[in-house]
Amino acid sequence: MKKRKSLSYAKWGYLFILPFFLCYFIFSLIPLFDTVKYSFFEYFRSGIKEIGPNFVGLENYKMLLQSDMLKYGLNTLILWVIGFIPQIVVALTLAVWFTDIRLKIRGKQFFKVVIYLPNLIMASAFAMLFFTMFSTNGPVNSILMSLGIITERIDFMGSVFGTRSLIGFMNFLMWFGNTTIMLMAAIMGISTEVFEASELDGCNTIKRFFYIILPMIRPILAYTLITAIIGGLQMFDVPQILTNGQGNPDRTSMTLIMFLNNHLKSKNYGMAGALSVYLFIISGILCFIVYRMTNDNDPDGSKAAERRRKKEERRRR
Amino acid sequence: MENKNQNRVQSIVAHVLLIILSFMCLFFFYILIINATRSHAQLQKGFSALPGGHFLENLKNVVNDGTFPMIQGIFNSLLVSTCSAALSTYFSSMTAYGLYTYEFKLRKAAFTFIMAILVMPTQVTAMGFLRLITKMGMYDTLLPLIIPSIASPAVFYFMYSYLQSSLPLSLVEAARIDGSGEFRTFNQIVLPIMKPAIAVQAIFCFVGSWNNYFVPALVTQSKDKMTVPVLIATLRGADYMNFDMAKIYMMIMVAIVPIILVYLLLSKYIIAGVTLGGVKG
Amino acid sequence: MKRKSIVMLLAASIAVTAMAPATVQAAKEGKVINIYSWNDEFRERVEAVYPEVKETSKDGTVTKLKDGTEIHWIVNPNQDGVYQQKLDEALMNQADASADDKVDIFLSETDYVNKYVDADADVAIPLTDLGIDPEKDLADQYDFTKTTASDQNGVQRGSTWQCCPGLLVYRRDIAKDVFGTDDPAEIGKKMKDWETTKETAKVLKEKGYFTFSSYADTFRLYGNSIEKSWVEVGETTVRVDQKIMDWVNDSKEWLDAGYIDETVKGQFNADWNKAMGSKSKVFAFLLPAWGIDFVLKPNWDGEEGAWAVTTPPQEYNWGGSYIHGCQGTDNPGHVKDIIMALTGNKEILLKISQDYSDFTNTRSGMQDATSDENFASEFLGGQNPFEYFAPVAESIQIAPLSAYDQGCVELIQNAFTDYFHDKVDFEKAVSNFETAIKERYPEITEVQWPEK
Repeated sequence: MKKRKSLSYAKWGYLFILPFFLCYFIFSLIPLFDTVKYSFFEYFRSGIKEIGPNFVGLENYKMLLQSDMLKYGLNTLILWVIGFIPQIVVALTLAVWFTDIRLKIRGKQFFKVVIYLPNLIMASAFAMLFFTMFSTNGPVNSILMSLGIITERIDFMGSVFGTRSLIGFMNFLMWFGNTTIMLMAAIMGISTEVFEASELDGCNTIKRFFYIILPMIRPILAYTLITAIIGGLQMFDVPQILTNGQGNPDRTSMTLIMFLNNHLKSKNYGMAGALSVYLFIISGILCFIVYRMTNDNDPDGSKAAERRRKKEERRRR
Repeated sequence: MENKNQNRVQSIVAHVLLIILSFMCLFFFYILIINATRSHAQLQKGFSALPGGHFLENLKNVVNDGTFPMIQGIFNSLLVSTCSAALSTYFSSMTAYGLYTYEFKLRKAAFTFIMAILVMPTQVTAMGFLRLITKMGMYDTLLPLIIPSIASPAVFYFMYSYLQSSLPLSLVEAARIDGSGEFRTFNQIVLPIMKPAIAVQAIFCFVGSWNNYFVPALVTQSKDKMTVPVLIATLRGADYMNFDMAKIYMMIMVAIVPIILVYLLLSKYIIAGVTLGGVKG
Repeated sequence: MKRKSIVMLLAASIAVTAMAPATVQAAKEGKVINIYSWNDEFRERVEAVYPEVKETSKDGTVTKLKDGTEIHWIVNPNQDGVYQQKLDEALMNQADASADDKVDIFLSETDYVNKYVDADADVAIPLTDLGIDPEKDLADQYDFTKTTASDQNGVQRGSTWQCCPGLLVYRRDIAKDVFGTDDPAEIGKKMKDWETTKETAKVLKEKGYFTFSSYADTFRLYGNSIEKSWVEVGETTVRVDQKIMDWVNDSKEWLDAGYIDETVKGQFNADWNKAMGSKSKVFAFLLPAWGIDFVLKPNWDGEEGAWAVTTPPQEYNWGGSYIHGCQGTDNPGHVKDIIMALTGNKEILLKISQDYSDFTNTRSGMQDATSDENFASEFLGGQNPFEYFAPVAESIQIAPLSAYDQGCVELIQNAFTDYFHDKVDFEKAVSNFETAIKERYPEITEVQWPEK
């Protein structure tokens, strides 16, 4: 009797997830297969003439390995770390402060609204603004000079350190507010009873953070980390506009997607396809590692759901 | 007593840091707004902290530029962003609900699949995507910008996490006992519970869609289909002609004002929603 | 008096051109003319001088002609190759497109005109097929513009209304301060070739001035005088000309000596614009007519008449927009008429020159302009720039072109920027260029550098 019932509900399960999968199949999977297929072909456009497609096997993959692809991967990682570490540290701190009732922060609402603002401006416009402001003859240099902090103009975008820092700083500024709001939502989801109990036990702020908040918000933290990694891997607009697509100096700020964009721009379908496949593999590995790290033996949370379901059942009995 | 002192020090540190961060966030908006009020010639002279009085003139330049249908662009962007936000939050909630509540054979496989595609950069499929929608006759329409948002793995993951923490399955059971149909349960009982999560994700989706440049640049061809970021790029790309920096700043400003308004309107709701979620848990 | 006669002539020509084609065409021409371009310049020119124009819609996307035909303007930005991408897409779909969606006219720039006039690609209609005889109808055009718009077999497949000889534009106040005179002839002598210019640069440097703003400023002059094209037809080897290496070496030397402002990187950016302002220490720019009008003028914040032009150290051409009829057009009559009116009609061209200070593609017309004070410029302190433009235009030897020019020029400047600023050594800059060019053009197999 019970079995038949759950079977009839299974139908609903499929029905509920159908639109998502149908849509994904059409708009992502078909194009993905297309991309993968052409990664095995020599296929590009020269001027207005099309060359190929000629089957070349793994030639594209081999050529990419011989290129500077790994260097661009490293660049992407460095740029991401520069932006992400301060972002997560600041966001966690702010989220804890905002949710701490003992800590009376004035104008909480104002600050929340303000820190999220940079996330609203489009990345390309933001990068353009930075480009103008930090140019050698730009306002930032002028201000620093008139304040007497520096005597000679700084060529921010002329040095590897300067360019990378700027990109990291922009990513930080654009995303820390967003992350703060996410984490805040998670912390506020922790029941107040837990906090009250901890307070009675004499838990100080630091202990409370490490032993209560951090473990409790782990799912959202994992979510943040994963979206940040995806975002990092997709890093494009900011370095592209800031360095005018060059990744200067000496291609040290060239990210993987900028590299992909170069191939897409030259209509090199084969090479772009192969690079896409590499990217796909890299992102898969990265996220697998993160799951393992943050969720221990419960990679997708299904076990937790299972446990909960069992508990519910027990309770009902 | 000591505890109190500690709190005070912490409070001061917190305020100082917040003020510095807010300054950094607002500084760039300030410069943008100032620059949008100055003429190109004034901008050439260098940076100034005071507005320049050419606000209306710049605005007129932007709005009256015929090759550059700003109003239409904002309308397109609003349409696309609203629809995307609505579709992605609704269908992702639905998918999350389906995978969370029901037991079925492919459940685990479906979940793993979505988690796997969660990490896929959109640019990866761009090439095939363009070929596909051209074949489907959707090239140069707004549809390819809206429909694919039904499948948003990241939104799904958020919704799923939220359901895990806030939806007791007993509630669904209870609804069934009351004779509520599955869809009705979802629409009338589950969705209201998910409101805070939907609000948060809706604004993220809206912003993401509003600022998206890559895909719209790929699929739109005619001027009346372009969204705001594409239009900005058009203006910027106008080479040596039209090289009016004041106009560009004004453009950026016009492009972000609607979204800031939407945000300010929704931010109250979002913060309230977050609090609501806190009480629920 | 002279002005009046031009207007009269113009009126007459309008009457003639207005009547002739209208009667021929009416038959089976399509209703919509689609024109692809990257900005509004061409539309503004057509509106201003094409006699058939009735009105343009308020948003500037549709222009109605007197015979009821509509011109639809399809404008895409040049930046990041977007224009070429969209145009290529449309050209590839040309055969399947319905009559009203077919591309009828498209524009191209000197940097990539070669790609579109290619005989094998066959996307631009040979002018003779449209019923235009370049020998006769376009006899008054500058020869190098005709060569540029011709395919490898010498068949002309496009035509331009503008001609872009470049000059040396300098600040009068700096000239007076350093040399005691701002007389164009005197300054021209001090800049007559690269050796002399270098001597002059030293003098400027002593007084605290830069000669040019950016190393990119001088590139066109060297790049225009290469002996062989970057890539020969049918080959997959990029050949870097000795002239290009001369530019690299000279730029490095000049930068190290402080003759060029090293904080300005490239062109069309905020720093470059600022170098044109009154507070700048830059003495001169190398610009064509459009450069003075559209770039220098809006960026200059001092009084009018502060600049002057003179002959540059080397003749060069910078820019130029070509009009092409597109294969498969359903409006060949209109296409012919537009090309003829805008590029082969002396009166119309002179009107463009006068109203927009553009240097136009009419030899006799430009000759007339040199001695016509109506063409004097307030911005240049009453100087008549055509006096200097015309001789440069006469002696321009257009560099052999290839379809790869835009990429090569852009990428070599980028690659060596790091070298100029001591971020990488010479060898690394060389290999960076090789990587970048192969990325941009997958079919390129090799890069050859001149022997040192």
